[in-house]
Amino acid sequence: MLNVFSKLSKGLAKTRAGLVDSISTVVRGRRIDDNVLDELEELLILSDVGIDTADKIIKDIRDRARREGVISETDVMTILKEDIVSLFVHSAEHAPSTVSARPHVISVVGVNGTGKTTTIGKLANRFQQQGAKVLLAAADTFRAAAVDQLHIWATRSHADIIHSQPGADPASVAFDALKAAISREVDILLIDTAGRLHTKANLMAELSKIHNVLKRHIPEAPHEVLLVLDATTGQNGLSQARQFAQAVHVTGLVLTKLDGTAKGGIVFSIARELNIPVRYIGVGEGIDDLAEFNAESFVEALFQ
Amino acid sequence: MLQELGDKLDGVLRKLKGHGKLTEKNIADSMRDIRRALLEADVNYKVAKQFINDVEQRALGQEVIKSITPGQMVVKIIHDELAKLMGEKDVPVNFGNALPGVLMLCGLQGSGKTTLAGKLAFHFRKKGRNPLLVAADIYRPAAIDQLKLVGNAINVPVHAEDIQDALTIAKNGIDYARKHMMDTVIIDTAGRLHIDEKMMQEVKNIKNTVKPSEILFVADAMTGQDAVKSAKAFAEYLDFDGVVLTKMDGDARGGAALSIRAVTNKPIKFISTGEKVEQLETFHPDRIASRILGMGDVVSLVERAQETIDQEKAATLEKRLRRQEFTLEDFFDQLQQIKKMGPLQDILSMIPGAQNKALKNLNVDEGALVRVEAIINSMTTDERRSPHIINGSRRKRIARGSGTSVQEVNRLLNQFTMMRKMMKQMNRGGGRMRMPLGF
Repeated sequence: MLNVFSKLSKGLAKTRAGLVDSISTVVRGRRIDDNVLDELEELLILSDVGIDTADKIIKDIRDRARREGVISETDVMTILKEDIVSLFVHSAEHAPSTVSARPHVISVVGVNGTGKTTTIGKLANRFQQQGAKVLLAAADTFRAAAVDQLHIWATRSHADIIHSQPGADPASVAFDALKAAISREVDILLIDTAGRLHTKANLMAELSKIHNVLKRHIPEAPHEVLLVLDATTGQNGLSQARQFAQAVHVTGLVLTKLDGTAKGGIVFSIARELNIPVRYIGVGEGIDDLAEFNAESFVEALFQ
Repeated sequence: MLQELGDKLDGVLRKLKGHGKLTEKNIADSMRDIRRALLEADVNYKVAKQFINDVEQRALGQEVIKSITPGQMVVKIIHDELAKLMGEKDVPVNFGNALPGVLMLCGLQGSGKTTLAGKLAFHFRKKGRNPLLVAADIYRPAAIDQLKLVGNAINVPVHAEDIQDALTIAKNGIDYARKHMMDTVIIDTAGRLHIDEKMMQEVKNIKNTVKPSEILFVADAMTGQDAVKSAKAFAEYLDFDGVVLTKMDGDARGGAALSIRAVTNKPIKFISTGEKVEQLETFHPDRIASRILGMGDVVSLVERAQETIDQEKAATLEKRLRRQEFTLEDFFDQLQQIKKMGPLQDILSMIPGAQNKALKNLNVDEGALVRVEAIINSMTTDERRSPHIINGSRRKRIARGSGTSVQEVNRLLNQFTMMRKMMKQMNRGGGRMRMPLGF
């Protein structure tokens, strides 16, 4: 377990090192004038928070500087922190309550290549270790070898898996898996869906269909819909979140690939506009490289 | 693709064009708007800054002030600078004289390398080469199976081995190609983070040993500001030859493309625009710049038409039109030809002026084409040749057979009659008529 923590903090450290160190360097020992604010804006934009969110934060700092004359580096940090935490605290209210139904159905969705299957592998392992009985549904019947990939994760995490032929109707796979989950008295059913670009109306309709089929059996299902977002994604992430939220009821985000140098700042904008909370973060390819997202400590870590 | 950036710039440019005289102030205002559009499109902060500086300097210079239409002039400057930013000329993949020519793909996880490997194999085979795919991603679960399936689907052999050594697999793959007289090898490597030194060293070792003729860096078009960091690191380790942008069929504004090009100075060679194996386009910087600025891309449109439209069929069709023998069968043929050119939305984006609001909001319903096809397919040969015999009960049968409604069948028949009438009038007027698209 120690290994997990060190890896996590290492992953986050890179994010932190980027933004916080730079902010300190920009602000330390200087008067907050337009030059400093420009540099702050640059840092925020380089973290992918988006120009609107960056503008809002800069405006808050500028207003305060105007009101109070000189403000210190600590003040700047406090404003940054408050602004960003308030985005997340607000969205955290929308987080689903803890697992109560059985089976608790989690559908995992997102565009191509964000790490849906890997995330499911890690989630399965996490729930299994917590003593829950997990079933995986291989509803990505489109991408070549997606089912094989999920199979390997099922073996690694000791979870069961339901799959069908490549090219089969994903809704029918999900439905079969739900029936199996009920008869096998499974605690958590994780559904792996095919990656789809949010701009393809037919594929988004297919996703709603999968969910509708589940609802026919359990009206509340899926209890959670996790949208997997690649931390390297830029402003397009907002468009992804918007479109997916429109097609299905997205309850949370998983921010993956945070072990790179990308900051994933787009989640700030998503929280701000759509009120979708971040639930988990992915920090590597190992089975343990997943952590629950905690807004306060994430921001705390980002700005300490 | 890239349309939103185009839309944003379009507004700014329209304002600029409207000015009879340009002042420093209205240029500065425009530049601020353009900067915002670029940042929203994920163009790197520094790249955007440089771009704005370059444009602004030229815009305040003599050539604009002396021009009679200064607004137009600035638009031209932006177009030029945009094209410059993306690289001014096409740089095709070059295998040289190497036998086999080796192409290696590299990039971050999930950028689409394996899918692209299949597309490239398909592309080069169309060009008359004989490709082999090599599965050197030994890390991601089932990555090798995926490449095997991809190869299988397009009948391209895949070299794979069950060993934990990507370098040996790559070497053996090339030997295999040599032995079997295959002239092209495409190596699919594992996705890796640019800060993972061990993994970066692995791919560097492969490069140093097999010495590929061409290394392509594969980048997701939706990448944000981080694109320049990863691209720079890959360029430092591998000195790659070109860039492929994937997932260009989404609504990403493609700023990453501009940034990667600007910081690595490596040309973008292909863009990948869908999940089908043929959805790969050669990248033409100047044409894309035109597309972004809403000037259309007529060159690509004509090329695509030449590539896909059967000239012979077009000639016979023209004859039939002159003799007024146009039937539903001919109409069906035309539909097939249009479909071959690719998604309608794509084709529309190449037409000059297509960036305008009215056309953009016109949501192209690809499904409508499918329904029209189904309706025609549900007709008998006689009905297609002489549509006037289609009475009420035939209409009902056709609607049932095609899973549509009688109303839809009626609509199609009405449109067809209208088209015929129009053609008659045109023929009478002696106007020359080529390939009416029916829309």
